[in-house]
This record gives sequence, C-alpha cells and structure tokens, in this order.
Amino acid sequence: MTGVHIKDDSIDTTHGCILYLEEVTVSFDGFKALNDLNLYIDDGELRCIIGPNGAGKTTMMDVITGKTRPDYGTVFFGQNHDLTKMTEYEISHAGIGRKFQKPTVFLNHTVFENLELALHTQKDVWQSLTQSLTGEQRDIIDEDMETIGLKEQKYLRAGLLSHGQKQWLEIGMLLVQDPRLLLIDEPVAGMTHQETEHTAELLKSLAGKHSIVVVEHEMDFIRSIANRVTVLHEGHVLADGKMEDVQNDPKVIEVYLGS
Amino acid sequence: MIRKFIHLHSLREWLFIFTILAIATVLLPLFNILVPEESVLHVPNYMFALMGKYLCYALVALAIDLIWGYTGILSLGHGVFFSAGGYAMGMYLMRSVGKEGVYKSDLPDFMVFLDWKELPWYWYGFDSFIFTLLVILILPALFAFTFGYFAFKSRIKGVYFAIITQAMTFALMLLFFRNETGFGGNNGLTDFKRILGYSLQEPSTKMSLYIITAIILFLSYILSRYVVQSKLGRVLTAIRDAESRVMFSGYNTVHYKLFIWTLSAFLCGIAGALYVPQVGIINPSEMQPSNSIEMAIWVAVGGRGTLSGALVGAGLVNGAKSWFTVAAPDYWLYFLGTLFIVVTLYFPKGFTGIFARFNSKEKSKEST
Ligand SMILES: Nc1ncnc2c1ncn2[C@@H]1O[C@H](COP(=O)(O)OP(=O)(O)OP(=O)(O)O)[C@@H](O)[C@H]1O
Ligand SMILES: [Mg+2]
Repeated sequence: MTGVHIKDDSIDTTHGCILYLEEVTVSFDGFKALNDLNLYIDDGELRCIIGPNGAGKTTMMDVITGKTRPDYGTVFFGQNHDLTKMTEYEISHAGIGRKFQKPTVFLNHTVFENLELALHTQKDVWQSLTQSLTGEQRDIIDEDMETIGLKEQKYLRAGLLSHGQKQWLEIGMLLVQDPRLLLIDEPVAGMTHQETEHTAELLKSLAGKHSIVVVEHEMDFIRSIANRVTVLHEGHVLADGKMEDVQNDPKVIEVYLGS
Repeated sequence: MIRKFIHLHSLREWLFIFTILAIATVLLPLFNILVPEESVLHVPNYMFALMGKYLCYALVALAIDLIWGYTGILSLGHGVFFSAGGYAMGMYLMRSVGKEGVYKSDLPDFMVFLDWKELPWYWYGFDSFIFTLLVILILPALFAFTFGYFAFKSRIKGVYFAIITQAMTFALMLLFFRNETGFGGNNGLTDFKRILGYSLQEPSTKMSLYIITAIILFLSYILSRYVVQSKLGRVLTAIRDAESRVMFSGYNTVHYKLFIWTLSAFLCGIAGALYVPQVGIINPSEMQPSNSIEMAIWVAVGGRGTLSGALVGAGLVNGAKSWFTVAAPDYWLYFLGTLFIVVTLYFPKGFTGIFARFNSKEKSKEST
C-alpha cells in the first residue's frame, strides 16, 4: 500500500495528448453503447462533448475511470498509463478526477468533511487512521470553499444542500483532488442561470493547468466555454470542431432535430 | 497521541463514562463484599456472571456496529468469530481440568468417551494460557481477514454478503456438531474447573472475570471511538453512503473494508473468549444462523452508527430476553421478530434515535 503516488508527474505527454481513446467498443447485451470510438484530448485542453440522450457520453467516462471495461480498444492516459488495466483508485491516483452525472457527494458528511476526504494526500488505511489535517491542508480546503461559494455552509451536512450546491461541492471535491484531467458530466443540470455562468467562469479559469472534458446538454453553456466540440452519436464521433462549424453541420442537425 | 484520545469526548461525556465504569467495576463489587447479604442493597453473587455475560454481548454489538452501522456491511455471521474465540478459551479450560474429569484421564472427557487414545494435533498448545491468548487474538481476525479478502476483492456486497456470512456460520455449525471434528460435538466444551489455577466456582473468580470484561469493554469502546472519529471513520461512512465516489477519490476501499471487518472480528473473538468461562459452556448452537441474526438485531434496536446505541441495544434486548425466557419462553422469538420489524420501519435510528429526538438538536461541531 506504500506504492501509492502522491504526485504523479510521470504522465508522458510528449506527443501533446493527455488522453487517447482508440477503437473503443462497449456492448451491453449486444447493444453497442460505444462503437469504435476514437477521441484524443490535448494536454491542457477544455473539450466539450455533446450528443443526444443515450449517445454513450457517460459510458465513455465510465471507461476512462475504470468503472466499465471496454470489450475492445485502447484507452491511455498519457502515453504510459493503460487505463483498461488499472483500478478506479489507481486511475484517480494517476490524476483523473470525475464528476458524476447525478451529483454524488457524501450526504451525511459536512461540506468540510467532503472536501477533506477528496483532498489530494496519502489515502491508505494507516494514514487515515493516524494523520490529521495540517494547517496548510486546511487552508487549501478553505480556499476551495471560497471558490465554490460554500464557505457559509462549511459545517452543514451535504444532504441539506440544494441541487446546484451539491453540483458545486462535487466540483470542489474534484479541485482539491488536484487531477491532471477532469471529467465533468453535466455540471450545470439543476443550476440557476447565475450559477451556470459562474460554473462557466470557473471551468475556463481551470483550463491550461488542467485538461478538462465536459459533457453537457445546455447549449448556451457550451457556447460560452467551448473552443472545440465533439458530437457523439450512437457510440461514436459524428462531428468534431469549432462550435459554429459543428452547429451548422447537416449530420449534426439531423441527429438533433430528427429525433 | 494522548491528546487525540482525550479529544474523543467532551469533559461531560468523559465524566459520564468514567462514572459508569466506576460503578460497574468498583461500586457493585463493593456492594457485594461490604453490604450484608440480608440487605436489599446487597448485590448477589449470581449477578456478576449474568452481568459479565451481558457485557460480552455488548462487546459483540460494538463490533457489529463498526462493520454494519459505520461501514454499511451487514454481517449475519459474527457468531463464528464469537465461537472461534469461545472455543479457543474452552479448549484451554478443558486442558486445565487435568485428570479431574469423570474418567480421570488426561484427555478431555468427550475424547475418552469417543475412545480416542491421544490428543488431536490441533489441541496441542492449549495447556498454555499464553498460547491460548495468542490464538484468541489472532485466529478470529485471521479467519475474518481471509474470508473478507476474497469477498471484498470480488466486490460482494449487501444482501449477497449477508447471505454468504449466514452460510458460513451454518456450515461451521454443522462441522462442529460432528463428534469427529474433535470439539465435543453437540455438547461442546463444558464442565470446566478452573482458569489460571482459580476455581471457576468461586464467587471471587466470577467477580474478577466480570471486572476484567468490563475493563476490556471500556478499552474496546475507546479504541472503536478513536477509529470512527479518525479520518478513517469518515472514509468508512463514506463507503457506506457512496462507495464509487470513495473509489474515484483515490481510496482503495477493499483495504478499508478489510481493516474494519478484521477489527470487528477481533473484538468479537475476545467477547467469545470472555463469555465462555463466565457461562461455563460453549457449543455449536452459538453458530446457529439465528444467533448471528439476533446479534445484528441488538444493534438495530440500539441504533446503528453511534457505538453507544449498540451497547444499549445489547443490554435492552438481552434484558428483555432474560425476562421472557422466565415469564413466557414460547413468545420470545415472536417478540424479537416484531421488535425488529417495528424498529426497522418506524425507528430506523433505534433507541438512541428516539432519545436524540427528545434531546435538543445536536450542535454541529468542527471536525478534527
Ligand atoms: N450498465 C448498463 N447496462 C445496460 N445498458 C447500459 C448501461 N449503461 C448504459 N447503458 C446504455 O448505453 C447507452 C448509452 O448510455 P450513456 O449513459 O452513456 O448515455 P449518455 O450519452 O450519457 O446519455 P444522457 O445524455 O442521457 O446522460 C444507453 O442506451 C444506455 O441505456
Ligand atoms: Mg450521461
């Protein structure tokens, strides 16, 4: 258990890419949720993924984080981490953080404790049993609460937060985890207009330092953050490029309007 | 380190705990020794064996609360760990009988009865108390670790896990029922004479055993409180509430579950070992599936995930049981079943939950 890396700088991105998905196929009882999916994310990029319901967006994140194993294809983090051979916690340690579609925070823990648990640190049994937070770590958490606007709710049970606040808390948990790559599934669902804008600001400020993959349905939100958009349909990439180009692509229009 | 332990409770709570400990370990024995037998205040001898038994049950409940209440893993097989500790102690007590058994043989009576000529190899070493102590401390934990390793690694959870633990206790019960297994068959191990040279018939021995049990329960409680109050404890409740989130946050949840599962079995084994000399018998019925279910009910009734609730629950249910077995033995199981249903449906937080409702709202405190 001692081999766990605190800061894994060994991610090989010499070719400029941080995430490689090649020919990835996942089937559930014969139904192909992902079908020969190819996707490359550049180091430091902010990429938006859109696509109709059931396009396979969440399944793609499941594959990247080790929750679902692909039937076929390769998934690499940098050039040197084969994600299909790693467990969920190893993938997390390698530097991939994930926000679930349905906000998933620890409802019986306070906001502070949620962040404490997510915080980037040694996470083996013995450390958890004996170590307590250092002043520096408390500062990181305090700063994070400031960022996600939950300072007032520090000691509130997360179960008592509003839907939007839970979304924020989960994003905050990702931030203190300090991952190289963030996978964010529908971050603004259930958020007010203002909260949505705030989220867009936050994500934009994170790009560069982190690589980010955002899945969203909310088009205004996408427009406000996206450089590059990838459209997923029936488990593979339908279109890819600048938002304007993608929006005017007849194939995309058909998929979105034809359904 | 010591500071950390002091901070487990507020001053008021510590006072309360130590008062109870002092009453249990000092005052009650004094009321037995100093107060004349005619007085109503006299604590009779038989009370100590009875209370000692209850304290063992309380330790079991504490152990189950760690794994079920805090981590959300329902075990219906803790009778096995209890029995493992109990049988180990029983074997030592059997060996301590020496040649004073019915058959005046060096072998335990049941072996003579089966016409065995020599001690089976797995009985070697139980002449020594130190050896026995090591077995009590290691065997239940080791067994749990091995079992848990395979179960948690293959991600067996929830109802499936509970069923497997039931199957485990049932299988071992059948094994121990067989005479050839070498643990006294359905009679189990009994007719003990002494422990560490002290006669088990002596009231002073019984009282000492009771006091030791109370102190061990106290220490186990402190240890458990330390564990659940540490960050590890928060990881455990997080596993209970959203395991995938814990994994994606970088925790190897298998290790965490294994740790608390093994600790729980460890405490349960100690409870079994303390139980046997005070009750005077250990037999396979301790491994009946219903026995392990009853243990879980103690915790449900007392209230899960509080530790103190488990202790209270063990006391309440067993108190009721003692009363029923005298007043209306046939109705005990009906009562227990009804109690369980009512608690699960209407008082999911158990007795402590009801109690807390009357109390003022708990203040949110800063975690450390
Ligand atoms: N565990 C599973 N078992 C069977 N089918 C599944 C499973 N997970 C996903 N699917 C199916 O795979 C397809 C893709 O699902 P996925 O959740 O990836 O879509 P999505 O693009 O995230 O959609 P949404 O926008 O609704 O979140 C759907 O048809 C879904 O029903
Ligand atoms: Mg989805």
